[in-house]
Amino acid sequence: MSDKNLIEIKDVSYAYGARPILTGINMSIPRGSTVAIMGISGSGKTTLLRLMAGVMKAKQGEVWVDGQRMNDLDQAGIYKMRRRLGMMFQFGALFTDLSVFDNVAFQMREHTDLPEAMIRDLVLMKLHAVGLRGAHQLMPSELSGGMSRRVALARAIALDPMLMLYDEPFTGLDPIAMGIISNLIKELNAALGATSIVVTHDVHEAMEVVDYVYYLSDGKMVAHGTPDAIRNSTDPLVRQFVYGEFDGPVAYQYPGRKLAEDMRLGH
Amino acid sequence: MATHQGFSIRAVGARTIDSVLRLGYATRFIARTIMSSGTSLKRPRLVIRELYFTGVLSLIIILVSGLFVGMVLGYQGYYTLQTYGSESALGVLVALSLVRELGPVMAALLFASRAGSAMTAEIGLMKATEQLSAMEMMAVDPIARVVAPRFWAGFISMPLLAAMFSAMGVFGGYLVGVVQIGVDEGSFWSQMQSAVDFQKDIMNGVIKSVVFGFAVTWISLFEGYDAPPTAEGVSGATTRTVVTSSLAILALDFLLTAFMFGGV
Repeated sequence: MSDKNLIEIKDVSYAYGARPILTGINMSIPRGSTVAIMGISGSGKTTLLRLMAGVMKAKQGEVWVDGQRMNDLDQAGIYKMRRRLGMMFQFGALFTDLSVFDNVAFQMREHTDLPEAMIRDLVLMKLHAVGLRGAHQLMPSELSGGMSRRVALARAIALDPMLMLYDEPFTGLDPIAMGIISNLIKELNAALGATSIVVTHDVHEAMEVVDYVYYLSDGKMVAHGTPDAIRNSTDPLVRQFVYGEFDGPVAYQYPGRKLAEDMRLGH
Repeated sequence: MATHQGFSIRAVGARTIDSVLRLGYATRFIARTIMSSGTSLKRPRLVIRELYFTGVLSLIIILVSGLFVGMVLGYQGYYTLQTYGSESALGVLVALSLVRELGPVMAALLFASRAGSAMTAEIGLMKATEQLSAMEMMAVDPIARVVAPRFWAGFISMPLLAAMFSAMGVFGGYLVGVVQIGVDEGSFWSQMQSAVDFQKDIMNGVIKSVVFGFAVTWISLFEGYDAPPTAEGVSGATTRTVVTSSLAILALDFLLTAFMFGGV
């Protein structure tokens, strides 16, 4: 594996039982870059993210993260690796029985022996970075969707990870909250010197943030390139996705019998 | 007809295999929970916090129910014993009924409905809202951090709640028998003291409540952890916790009583 790449995925396939989810995926993600993995729902992008985080192991092929082959790691090795990863879930996944402060402090208390006074300062700094220092005493139930996502981001960067994984970070957010999150992804990546992978289907928001785009369809990598190359792609599948065309290679009608047959026309 | 029978046999077979698989999965789950209890021992505050939610918050329902059950026993016992002129044995009847049977069984049934269902719903919702996945992604084992402290809290609080239920029940029997009906106070307490054996009656009751505590907490935690991550899944798991726990309590009570008192 090349040292300049943080992640390399070599000919990876994955299936749930007999149902293939990913087929022959190859990717190289350089250190310090921000990469988007795009595709319609069910295209396999979240599965790909989980393979990188070691949640599941590839049935075929190899996943390398920071020079370590994920397929070879046992549970302890995966947990050791995960201490250097941060992940932001689709709806934040904040611990509902803990305050905003305790959510951000969670990993520090679990994995370090830092004194409580230092944890306090670090948590407030992380919350300041996402603009929510003043909300540290609130409970997750008192936060809006955008605020939850920002707290989840502060929690994910608590231990200054080398790799940030974002699972659908823009879903269900209003335009202002979406702008805040995309700006934070960009700024925090630069500040942490981390590598970021954004799994999303929010094309326009993601294109503003990332350096490179991988496009998945039916578990296969059908296109990849810079945001401009993807925007200008002539591939009908990519064009339909990027420009939100209602019909195309991804058919509008769910497959079924012909309309005339269902309406009993001609009988 | 033959096809229908074949289909039914296949369905029964499939359900049986599914049940055995689930039992195996549940056994692995509880074994993993016990093996992952190091965090709970190193950080007792995690268990103490859960003791508050499962034990302390169940106190009101346990104490009130114990009082009413004891008062009913007082009335029923008095009118039955009166027929044989043995009203003075009311204290013995109330105490033995409670410490041997009603205390552990009723407390466990109430514990399953109140604390067990709450544990299932909480863990099921944590799963549905990806909180358990988030914990795993932070390299924190949810079995050690979330499940094990709740298991030990349920295991510890159940015998204590059963003891409080029995104590409150005896007080309820006293209120009705002695204070209201007028049974002699001296014979109520002295006969109870001489007839209730610590080893045979009280300890057997404690053993029952420990077994019920283990079973109810195991079922509640497993159902929550295994719940499909949807609203319907969590609601079904909560119902299964109450139904399975209640049946397990009654079946285990029969087996334990047969071993303890039936000479099996």
